[in-house]
Amino acid sequence: MNDTLKNHATLAEKFNRDIPRVDWHDKTLWFVREKRDKAANQIPDWEKLRETASQIKNNVLSNLHDYLVEFENNAQQNGITVHWASTPKEHNEIVHRIIQQHGVEHIVKSKSMLTEECGLNEYLEHQGIEVVDTDLGERIVQLAGEPPSHIVLPCIHWKKEEIGELFHQHLGTPKGNADPQFLTSAARAHLREHFLHSKVAITGVNFAVAETGEFVVCTNEGNADLGVQLADVHIACMGIEKIIPQRKHLGIFLRLLARSATGQPITTYSSHFQKPRAGQEMHIVLVDNGRSERLGSEDFRNALKCIRCGACFNTCPVYRRSGGHSYHTAVAGPIGSILAPALDMEKNADLPFASTLCGSCTNVCPVKIDIHDQLYKWRQVLVKNGHVTRGKKFSMMSMRFLLSHSSLYNFSGTLGRWVMRNLPSLVNNKFNPWYKQREMPQAPAQSFRSWYLKNKQHGK
Amino acid sequence: MNIGLFIPCYVDQFYPHVAIATLQLLEKSGLKVSYPLQQTCCGQPMANSGFEHLTNPCSTNFIENFSTFDYIVCPSGSCTLHIKDHLHDEKHPVEAASIRKKVYELTEFLTDVIQLKKIKARFPHKVGLHQSCHGQRGLKLSQMSELVAPAFSKPESLLQMVNGLELVTLDRKDECCGFGGTFCVNEEAVSVKMGKDRVADHIRQGVDYITGGDMSCLMHLDGILRRQKSSVKTIHIAEILNAG
Amino acid sequence: MGSREKILAAVKTNQPPLSPLPSNWQGSKHTTNLKEQFIQTVTNIGGLVIEVNSVEEIIPAVKDKFPETTRIVNLLESPKPTGASLGDPHEFENVTIAIMQGQLGVAENGAVWLTDKQMGDRVLPYICENLVLVMKSTEIVPTLHEAYERIGSSDYGLGTFLAGPSKTADIEQSLVLGAHGPKSLMVYLLP
Repeated sequence: MNDTLKNHATLAEKFNRDIPRVDWHDKTLWFVREKRDKAANQIPDWEKLRETASQIKNNVLSNLHDYLVEFENNAQQNGITVHWASTPKEHNEIVHRIIQQHGVEHIVKSKSMLTEECGLNEYLEHQGIEVVDTDLGERIVQLAGEPPSHIVLPCIHWKKEEIGELFHQHLGTPKGNADPQFLTSAARAHLREHFLHSKVAITGVNFAVAETGEFVVCTNEGNADLGVQLADVHIACMGIEKIIPQRKHLGIFLRLLARSATGQPITTYSSHFQKPRAGQEMHIVLVDNGRSERLGSEDFRNALKCIRCGACFNTCPVYRRSGGHSYHTAVAGPIGSILAPALDMEKNADLPFASTLCGSCTNVCPVKIDIHDQLYKWRQVLVKNGHVTRGKKFSMMSMRFLLSHSSLYNFSGTLGRWVMRNLPSLVNNKFNPWYKQREMPQAPAQSFRSWYLKNKQHGK
Repeated sequence: MNIGLFIPCYVDQFYPHVAIATLQLLEKSGLKVSYPLQQTCCGQPMANSGFEHLTNPCSTNFIENFSTFDYIVCPSGSCTLHIKDHLHDEKHPVEAASIRKKVYELTEFLTDVIQLKKIKARFPHKVGLHQSCHGQRGLKLSQMSELVAPAFSKPESLLQMVNGLELVTLDRKDECCGFGGTFCVNEEAVSVKMGKDRVADHIRQGVDYITGGDMSCLMHLDGILRRQKSSVKTIHIAEILNAG
Repeated sequence: MGSREKILAAVKTNQPPLSPLPSNWQGSKHTTNLKEQFIQTVTNIGGLVIEVNSVEEIIPAVKDKFPETTRIVNLLESPKPTGASLGDPHEFENVTIAIMQGQLGVAENGAVWLTDKQMGDRVLPYICENLVLVMKSTEIVPTLHEAYERIGSSDYGLGTFLAGPSKTADIEQSLVLGAHGPKSLMVYLLP
């Protein structure tokens, strides 16, 4: 394991140096989790909905080839141009080519985790094209030069006073004004100009329907719609796993998506794009980037069912107290921790360990991804592939030796307790991470086994 | 009914009184209980760290110690879950499968198998219940707050039978305490923060004791409480059910 | 081999054995008053529902509500917006009120379904400052399942569920109406 790589524990420790901020971050996200609970509880059939969504997604994964072909055919018949990209690089080049064909140097983009995954903004900026993220939260982190810290709430780690200062610097709002209403209207005016002057608009895709060749984009702000309806060219970027079989299945997924994400009954806008308007070009870029390979893994393919609602982020006690950037990957949180190692095992070997395996993520997941079980399985894969420190490997090997010999185990237990009682400084010191903020357990004179031998002679 | 007492290694070493309370509690119910002396550890610390492939000797040892019992009872949801989910042994597949079915966490054994309806215990204190995630979400000892489903709680129903005990309602019913096995040292900062928040929730409700079915969570919370010089104590649920 | 063939071949090789689609959704029976539930839900998500007896009442009522209005686009009589040079959506930038028909409403989430046939120009429901939707109260269905049953396999260029005014809570989870699209949304319900 390379020690120079970014590491969740180290980044989380930094985040935890400002405890009031951690408390604020935790409470804000817990509030969203509570809204989700309230929304879910208003639907008596909630668990059945999750099960149905999960089964539909299982069907999609098992028949993805045919659904992709069906979708492509129908989309083409609808007048949409379909592109295929194996890699992020290919995706970025396709998008760039379309932009070039229109001689444009300035585009707007609404939220798309896929383009984050592919590093599209960076790529296009290198080509001299200005990309303006139009989701308010994404625009905030973009102005700040940061990636989003949450897939649904991109700037959930920013305080309004900091946003006020950021807007003062970049948009010229009065210094010291941190009123969300005021700041939002300033952003509205600023972004309206970009909407009006962009000939190309990029969006993500929430669902693509094989049966009809249409795709659905959900936003609350209406930024995706304003962007594409004012542009001559609409480019929609999606991972190949976003396909669903039939239009009626949207009923299942749209009932789950916003309730799971923010506790809203539905997003403000659920736009179904079936055909370009007269004179408009509509493109879809279908991206693989390792998905087809993951489809072959029984243990990990379920992660492809994800609908990017972010519920597992909000409920995760570790995410809430470590912040999205501690995951150092486009998709953070529990789902990111099972997606990222498949993309780069070495860089993301720490992420499956950034969890207590509490299982709350699995329970909130609207499509029933076994997230915490996959975290456990990733740990096994990472260790087998050598992504583990030598110290850890040594301690595990020793533990195995100790625990497979009961006499050794009993001896070392006795020894350990004796040390803790008589030489506590050997244990209670700064090299022991347990002791930094916690007392060690108080070691008793005898183990249960010794007590049992003395008091219960009928023991074998 | 022949019962094998499965005592987690760290309980054996650090919390013998919890094991004693468990044994006495089961014996009070008229059960024949024995403690196989060669038991060590279920292997969970290794498996959760990604070294499941190293746990074979632990599994073999576990099977050798426990395969003859009708039931195996353990005062830990976490260790029970590990056996239930991950006990495999190529040499003894039948025994392993049988053990996976007959291993029970203490409170589920009391409520589901012997269906305890009355407990002669007295514990006149204000108590908060911290449910271990492995016990609750893994073994489903209580309904999980994420699901839209009827409420129930096996440990709570037992605590309600204890004379004088006042059970508080927590702000976050089933939030993880942050122990998480090796997580508690590998992710020290977040682990401690989670523990502090968990402790604070109990303190806000004015508890005298934090109880639960897993000493691992309680060891972590106790370490924080003692560092804070708090008067709040931790106590395993077996000790409360066996009190007075 | 191009990427298309490469991806499709890999998908075909790696996809698991066919897992069947679940049977058609059969939800719990809905006993609530759909109109009441719809009105309540739209209100909860920042919109406003006003019941009227006839379509004639709507324009005066809207003008009454927005006395300062400079540009109204009313699509109730004809789906062709007037006063705009054809085909350029930028023409609608200064529309203060757009009035158009909704096809159906969903009681459970307060959304109204409409397609580009009702929008005049696709940009209108998004670019106007205030959006007024008009629909019959008999067109309210309990949930999205019934809504999609009604939509069926109908053909459109753009179809959308609109639920309340444009909104954001990106700044510290404070809800602000009018992020980019309409700052207000009213639904006039006809009998």
